[in-house]
Amino acid sequence: MRSVLGDRRAIAVLLGPALLLYTLVMLVPMGWSLGYTFFTGNVIEGFSFDGLGNFTKLWQDPQARSALRVTLEYGAAVTVAQVLCGYLLALLYVFVLRKSSAFVRTLVFFPVILPTVAVALMFQKLFAIAPQKGLAGIAFEALGLHHGDWFASGAGAFFVIVLMDVWRSMGFYGVLIYAGLLDIPEETLESARLDGATGWRLIRHIVLPLSWPVVLSSLVFSINGTLKVFDSVLALTNGGPGSDTTPLTLYMFRTAFSYGDYGYGSTIALLLTVVCLGVTLLIFRFSRRDPTKG
Amino acid sequence: MTDTLTAPARGQRTEPGPAPARRRRYARHLTRNLLVTLLVLVEAAPLAWMLLSSFKTQAEFVNDPAWSLPAHWGFGNYTDAWTNGHIGLYIRNSLLATVPSLALIILLGVAAGFALEVMIWRGRHQVLLVFLIGIMVPSQMILLPLFRIYFQAGLSGTLLPLIITYTATGLPLTVFMMATYFRAIPREVFEAATIDGATILQAFWRIGFPLVRNAVFTVALVQFFFIWNDLLIAMTFTNDDSLRTVQVGLLNFTGQYGETSYGPLFAAISINVLGALGLYLAINQRIIKGLTAGAVKG
Repeated sequence: MRSVLGDRRAIAVLLGPALLLYTLVMLVPMGWSLGYTFFTGNVIEGFSFDGLGNFTKLWQDPQARSALRVTLEYGAAVTVAQVLCGYLLALLYVFVLRKSSAFVRTLVFFPVILPTVAVALMFQKLFAIAPQKGLAGIAFEALGLHHGDWFASGAGAFFVIVLMDVWRSMGFYGVLIYAGLLDIPEETLESARLDGATGWRLIRHIVLPLSWPVVLSSLVFSINGTLKVFDSVLALTNGGPGSDTTPLTLYMFRTAFSYGDYGYGSTIALLLTVVCLGVTLLIFRFSRRDPTKG
Repeated sequence: MTDTLTAPARGQRTEPGPAPARRRRYARHLTRNLLVTLLVLVEAAPLAWMLLSSFKTQAEFVNDPAWSLPAHWGFGNYTDAWTNGHIGLYIRNSLLATVPSLALIILLGVAAGFALEVMIWRGRHQVLLVFLIGIMVPSQMILLPLFRIYFQAGLSGTLLPLIITYTATGLPLTVFMMATYFRAIPREVFEAATIDGATILQAFWRIGFPLVRNAVFTVALVQFFFIWNDLLIAMTFTNDDSLRTVQVGLLNFTGQYGETSYGPLFAAISINVLGALGLYLAINQRIIKGLTAGAVKG
């Protein structure tokens, strides 16, 4: 019987096309990019061997350091805010709105599917100062929080990007964590309540530990996306003012396509890859410990 | 309905004097309603503002405050965005790139998921791990060699680079998710089919594929939004204005008119938002239908 499920010809037919395409379009270019890191130049001018030149350049490049900082700061800020807002939304759905949460859930989820470029252009106008002050600018001014041009300072522009990406994606994490919270058996909550656990204590000692796996997958999923941020930044601030909001992804794109340096561009891409893998491993390492006992 | 986090307040009812309890319940309702109203406002107000503004004239954009309403309701901005702004063309390009990619991702991804999870052979776990690499590694790592390959193969100037790249980058997640879904189906189902005379390929096509139909729908949906909303790959491999996808076109929209043509820009954004909204409403019903159907079969 095993022979039917071990039919080599069938395996080749089923797996072959996917594996071949994946190898040719992803694995081979990955290795190829690694090779590029030892060269300088581009397709038009030709390549010349540069040894470890790109790596010493990367180490000393203040712009690369700034881009790495933006990537890490953005990744940390948006991931924490997304998952935290998602968790609060999920608590709202499950414990406050209960059966009537469908409408709010559907509404808050909607921006998730909107094209990033469209949302970014919308936020640009919401925080614009010309030709007329945008709606969000007016609202923040009314609260006495910020005056003047949001995009004139690095901090202001950074805040708008973070705000936009949290606005866009908190509904997704809300639904993801909501599904996780629904899996907590009602009897568990009930017996905890009988033991006198309510409000914050119920969340802290019962709900949070039981939903930790879904929080963890949300964090991994989120950080994997936020470290690769490109569309939001490019469409909203174009990395500006100056290069204050330029992350590694955008810096790599500029280096390769605007300045025509494929070798250095690939080196930046490699740094980004190492950061992505490193951070993901770090989260998994951290997660082995029980967070509720920390 | 069971008690929840707010349960203790309900217990207060037994205490003497119902007035404080009622007041507390009232305060709770008020907080809840305020919270929900604020949430709805934060989510919906920007979108509503943009839709309303898309009807304004250039003079209204420049002279009136941002919260003012348009004086006339006409679709001039929309026709302008669709024809002069080429949004119609860009949507066509996006469809031409997305639909074939999606079909290929599903076909190849489901088959590979089946081969890796249902079929039994040495090395299948390792191959699945190799696919996992593709989920983690950023696209920046493959762009430059691909750019060179497509250029030298003479594919630049067509939508083929987009279709090939989207299909390949969509495969890792699809293969991984499909393998997970096939794990839930006992192998005996397929073995039984082969006893009845079907080959394993027929068993996959006639039994395996229909069994994971709902999962395929979910995966297709996720991939559709990834591809439709992609900017990086589309920007890298479309060098010609006439090949731009919606996202690239929208990004360059301001450039085409100069900074001042606000009406058509707002209309172009609104077309994108309304399209997404239409699709979203349709999908929602489909999901609800799927859920209830499953519950009835139970």
